[in-house]
Amino acid sequence: MDYFLLSIVTFIPAISALILLLVARGNDHAAALVAKRFALFATSVTFFVSLFIVAQFDPENTSFQMVEETDWIMGFKYKLGVDGISILFVMLTTFMMPLVIWASWGVEARVKEYMISFLLLETLMLGVFMALDLVLFYLFFEAGLIPMFLIIGIWGGANRVYASFKFFLYTLLGSVLMLIAMVVMYADSGTTDIQALMSHQFSYNNFGLFGFQILGGLQTLLFLAFFASFAVKMPMWPVHTWLPDAHVQAPTAGSVVLAAILLKMGGYGFLRFSLPMFPVGSYIMTDLVLWLSVIAIVYTSLVALVQSDMKKLIAYSSVAHMGYVTIGIFAANQQGIDGAIFQMLSHGFISGALFLCVGVIYDRMHTREIDAYGGLVNRMPAYALIFMFFTMANVGLPGTSGFVGEFLTLVGIFKVNTWIALLATSGVVLSAAYALWLYRRVMMGDLIKEALRTIQDMSLRERAVFAPLIGMTLLLGVYPVLVLDLIGPSVQTLVENYNSALSIAGINGDAIIASH
Amino acid sequence: MFYNDLNLILPEIVLSVFAMLILLIGVYRGQDKKTAILTFSTAGLMFAIGVWMIIDSSPSETAFNNMFISDAFSRYAKALILLSSAAVLVMSLGYMLRHNLGRFEYPILIIFSVVGMMFMVSANDLMVLYLGLELQSLALYVVTSMRRESLKSTEAGMKYFVLGALSSGLLLYGASLIYGYSGSTNFQSIIASLDSGSVSLGLMFGMILLVAGLAFKISAVPFHMWTPDVYEGSPTPITAFLSTAPKIAAMALFARVVCDAFYVLIYDWQQVVAIMSVLSMFVGAIAAIGQTNIKRLMAYSSIAHMGYALIGLASGTVLGLQAMLVYMAIYVVMNIGTFAFIMSMERDGQPVTDIGSLTQLGVNQPGRALAMLVLLFSLAGVPPLVGFFGKLYVLRAAYDAGLIWLAVMGVLASVIGAYYYLRLVYLMYFGEKQDASLDVVKSPVLSGFAATTAVVMVVGIINLFGIESAANLAANSLVN
Repeated sequence: MDYFLLSIVTFIPAISALILLLVARGNDHAAALVAKRFALFATSVTFFVSLFIVAQFDPENTSFQMVEETDWIMGFKYKLGVDGISILFVMLTTFMMPLVIWASWGVEARVKEYMISFLLLETLMLGVFMALDLVLFYLFFEAGLIPMFLIIGIWGGANRVYASFKFFLYTLLGSVLMLIAMVVMYADSGTTDIQALMSHQFSYNNFGLFGFQILGGLQTLLFLAFFASFAVKMPMWPVHTWLPDAHVQAPTAGSVVLAAILLKMGGYGFLRFSLPMFPVGSYIMTDLVLWLSVIAIVYTSLVALVQSDMKKLIAYSSVAHMGYVTIGIFAANQQGIDGAIFQMLSHGFISGALFLCVGVIYDRMHTREIDAYGGLVNRMPAYALIFMFFTMANVGLPGTSGFVGEFLTLVGIFKVNTWIALLATSGVVLSAAYALWLYRRVMMGDLIKEALRTIQDMSLRERAVFAPLIGMTLLLGVYPVLVLDLIGPSVQTLVENYNSALSIAGINGDAIIASH
Repeated sequence: MFYNDLNLILPEIVLSVFAMLILLIGVYRGQDKKTAILTFSTAGLMFAIGVWMIIDSSPSETAFNNMFISDAFSRYAKALILLSSAAVLVMSLGYMLRHNLGRFEYPILIIFSVVGMMFMVSANDLMVLYLGLELQSLALYVVTSMRRESLKSTEAGMKYFVLGALSSGLLLYGASLIYGYSGSTNFQSIIASLDSGSVSLGLMFGMILLVAGLAFKISAVPFHMWTPDVYEGSPTPITAFLSTAPKIAAMALFARVVCDAFYVLIYDWQQVVAIMSVLSMFVGAIAAIGQTNIKRLMAYSSIAHMGYALIGLASGTVLGLQAMLVYMAIYVVMNIGTFAFIMSMERDGQPVTDIGSLTQLGVNQPGRALAMLVLLFSLAGVPPLVGFFGKLYVLRAAYDAGLIWLAVMGVLASVIGAYYYLRLVYLMYFGEKQDASLDVVKSPVLSGFAATTAVVMVVGIINLFGIESAANLAANSLVN
């Protein structure tokens, strides 16, 4: 157990998918139920086994733990490991997946393929967070596109074809530049081992390219290539446009996975690659990233205000919340990065829950138009309560996890750049505006729509799905130390390494900026 | 001495004698009734010789006054050619018999073509190069127009012949210039004359014409015009054959000419090859978008794939050649699987090639659709499938040789190219319901090939079946 724990956790879902593919037969209702139960069982087992990772994890040890290493083709390695930064993403994934499967109990079309897609997706997502080899990382990172493409395309809404193609090609275009950068890094350092690359110093001497002087040289170029990929994945303004389309067309479970886990890959990538490997490049580009994030927060919050589709509104709110994450990361201090990781976790629970909330009424009314609802509180008190809770969490009410993340990132950025902090804080107000207004339009008022008169409140299964999410949101809201203790030492090391790399380059760094 | 020479071309001799033998059998015994057994025995023999090529690890040797060379490089290419030809023969038999194409000449012509290819990859002299090239081409012109009653098939054969003759003309003219300016047709003598520093304009001219002739054979842009028409017009098994073995042979020959004979002129041919590579990748990716015929689509797909293989060649390094060889091997496996699928596309007993007929395949025949899905994503170069590693290999080689712009072009073209592969996936899985769906073709051979190649695409990522080291050995034997 000790040695292959990470591999076991990673591949339980894939092996389950294979079993489902080869063994399950039939297209009737009974076969569908078997597939659902099996998938729920497999993801639950994955979650329980993944608890052993936390149990064995030593937060004080800031290097990678439970490392597995085997030689692979082309001089690459199959290498897995977790540290304080990645472990929580692993846990977020294994925690969310059983809920996602449970929430899609209502799926009737091609259930077997549906479950196989989600199980494969879980393996790929776990692989992204555990991989300690560049190419292995890229493999998992990109391969996730395939099941997600199918999930949106097969089980999605009316305009699913457009959304699935946009999703796939947009993210692929972002990633191929990262692939080139990886080839360059491999040639430069002679290894694809992430641990080794973190201590490898990429050149930051200026050079000219097509008549432009590149500040920070190779590091800046590599940073930009990785940035192209992670910014699309996050997504950051202005390359966020695929996300609302994908969210709106994806089935509920697909939206949940997308918002709760897939978006986190971008933030994780910044923490794993950009800051530690290209500190000078990151430093030079910090202003750009911060301003893009602030624009994202303000602009997408405003866009969210005018949406008439619930999922689209939540999707834009996701883009705004991811803006806090990038701000926190590029504040590059303990509070900022702690806050960014915290915000990603908390956003995983909250946005996942919000998409599930939309799914609950979509299953009943088959529309996501805000105008089609109103006064639901009269017929669905339990639903109104849960929706209220997550609306408040989304706004960042103290006592929920949303508050801690936003607060920490804002504290972090305030120490670095007051203007950014000021503008970003305006997003908190705006988020209250669109979230509460959404709540008002959907829940409050009199129940005047004819179609809604017979709507049923949530079933026991639906309520049960939300219970763990509410629990986690509250727990992290009132007792954030649980997370911060786990990630603290690793974040501290990251920040220290970043600062020492900058101070080594410092004279040089000032010189390059001065000479320009 | 003489026996040594004969020993070295023993595989070619065995195949040629076998071809004449089955020609006799075919003529004297019942004509087409024996096609099945003849095809299977041909495939068996090719498979056996292919395995022999893999096992054989003797050092480089030349024969017939340095005209013929047998080294790790030629054996690697021969093994690929033989194994892929055997695979195509086995999987095409059912199709040929079902559609009244089961003539006994089919395996014979394929053998002659394969013998020609084997001479091509072992050529160490412009004469042998030309002989091999013409032998394989002439046999191919005939099989291309094998469906005599079909206008398209005859047209394909005719087009292939006329344009092929033109390219042979270019190649011969180039060869004569090279002979005139270097004084020899032998590669070693050409190298010697180049080393002595006498690079004349005429020699350069000859080399470029030679490259143009070879580019025609691998259908690199701008010499690709014939490919879609010939692919579309030929019977599907012939298309499958055209897209596999001859491409390997021509690519290997290309590599031998530029990386061995004209290596000194790398700065001159490198730009030509690099530009052909970029054009092929983009034309292949963009032109395929509008296609509705899956065979034409595969033609553009193979043009694009040749572009990627040319990236490896343009690098001109051991790493580049290794990348090219690995890429070709992966490409061939993917194409065999895809064509096994295309051969099983039938509606009401008639072969169809319209991609619209794929709609709802994911619902009606999930197994076949899944195999095709894996192959398509692999062709598109999406990880974690093996096709991705082929691309990664050539990208690394390009960067290593200082051609980073070529690598960037390659990845950009791959995003465009992903679109049309995705479109097929879209038709199979998200397409609207249609009345006419594909027949369920009960062909264990075709399903077996499609399924096996799909599994290879997934399992291959564990260690690429050790092809790396073989390719490395082959590449080293060429560049030294």
